[in-house]
Amino acid sequence: MRELAYLILQHVRAALIYVGGATRLLFQAVYYGIRPPYQLGLIMKEIEHIGVRSLTVVSVVAIFTGMVLALQTAYALSRFGAKGFIGVVVAISMVREIGPVFTAIMVGGRVGSGITAEIGSMKVTEQIDAIRVMGANPVKKLVVPKLVATVLALPLLTIVADILGILGGLIISIMELRINTYYYFTTILENISLQDVASGVGKAFFFSFIIAIIGCYQGMITRGGTEGVGRSTTTTVVLVCIMILVADFFLTKLFMLL
Amino acid sequence: MKRLIIEIKDVYKSYDDLQVLQGLELGIKRGETITILGGSGTGKSVLLRLITGLDKPDRGKIRIEGRDIVPLGEHELFPIRRKMGMLFQGAALFDSLTAGENVAYPIIEHFRFPEEEIEKIVREKLRLVGLEGVEDKMPAELSGGMKKRVALARAIAVDPEIILYDEPTTGLDPINVKRINYLIVELQRILKVTSIVVTHDLDCAYAVTDRLALLHRGKIAMVGTKEEFVSSELKEVRAFIACEVGEEEQRGRG
Repeated sequence: MRELAYLILQHVRAALIYVGGATRLLFQAVYYGIRPPYQLGLIMKEIEHIGVRSLTVVSVVAIFTGMVLALQTAYALSRFGAKGFIGVVVAISMVREIGPVFTAIMVGGRVGSGITAEIGSMKVTEQIDAIRVMGANPVKKLVVPKLVATVLALPLLTIVADILGILGGLIISIMELRINTYYYFTTILENISLQDVASGVGKAFFFSFIIAIIGCYQGMITRGGTEGVGRSTTTTVVLVCIMILVADFFLTKLFMLL
Repeated sequence: MKRLIIEIKDVYKSYDDLQVLQGLELGIKRGETITILGGSGTGKSVLLRLITGLDKPDRGKIRIEGRDIVPLGEHELFPIRRKMGMLFQGAALFDSLTAGENVAYPIIEHFRFPEEEIEKIVREKLRLVGLEGVEDKMPAELSGGMKKRVALARAIAVDPEIILYDEPTTGLDPINVKRINYLIVELQRILKVTSIVVTHDLDCAYAVTDRLALLHRGKIAMVGTKEEFVSSELKEVRAFIACEVGEEEQRGRG
């Protein structure tokens, strides 16, 4: 019994240290991020890497999700003879929930692991130490550009995913359900509010911090050579996915209160 | 007597439960080359990390030019680090930058020079380590010995007063070992710097050093000239030399 309690305490302690470290990194990144000089060149490079190169993955996922959503919704709605509302249901699900969450998970898996692998390799080959010895700040040089790029890119990618998801739904509506385009969009535009869109994009904003900070922090604490880098990368993917889904619940609740 | 450039007083350092340094004392004179010897895991590299401020000791003082660096924050260490260059064990070149950009990195961090000026310095430093014309090569295209030399050029890029070498010859073939040893001596002669070499390689130590210090159980067991070291009766020193020779013989037989 005592041993079990001890074991649990140890895990809690490790978790608290992790959260503390990651939070500290977040504050440092914000602090150095708002202080000049701004590393615009590095930020642009990261936006290309994080944003532009995620576009394909995000697009494919969004279109297919939108199509599946339309099929499943039509199946459910047809029982009530309410197939006409398919556009609204697809759009609201996409914009409020599926767009931000799926995009964040795809980008989190792709970008978060990439960030960890990059920073982790630099850590185990003493490149991070080299940056410090040469009088530069690894947070400013590595973390800030990645954080800024993720924060800028993820909401934009989410909007792209929202649009493509709704278009995916449209394809199914036209081809399978014989609902015309005009009707599909009219029902959407009449029923969707700016708040729906804002809550989704707002979520993406918070998710981007989760992805970049976990990715960077996990990289920074990597130990144990190439094997350690592999382990760290896996941890990042798992943690990012879990944290996005947990945060999603609380953010949904929060945005409903607002 | 020459003034001490680095003074390490009663330094303790542990990682998790492992006590690495236990009351280490060492004074390093300006302009000398000192080798810190010791088996693996005795805390030689830790000592370099403490001197550069990468890690903080649990207790004790580390004075560089009379100033205790232990309480200093990352920002306050900036002017002190400008005086140091470090050659890391695995070279630690930035993979994403070319060799030339690697050498330019500390210059850009510390000074605001025009581009031509930086290029000139980079070329000059690469020439010093015998690597002309590799500016545009990526680190992945270079051999192990060349990487080490580019890293050395980077370490001396801002004309430091102190150069720290972490296992400079480890993992290199005999020719590159000789070349690196030669470079350490040459740079010492040309740049008139203080050099601290951490190694377990006695040949390297004998080849480059004025003084040797043996790290044993978290303390300096002995410090003295090459002659004093070889003729020392201290059992830690005898044991270290014996082990080294033993390894040599094994290598010879193998």
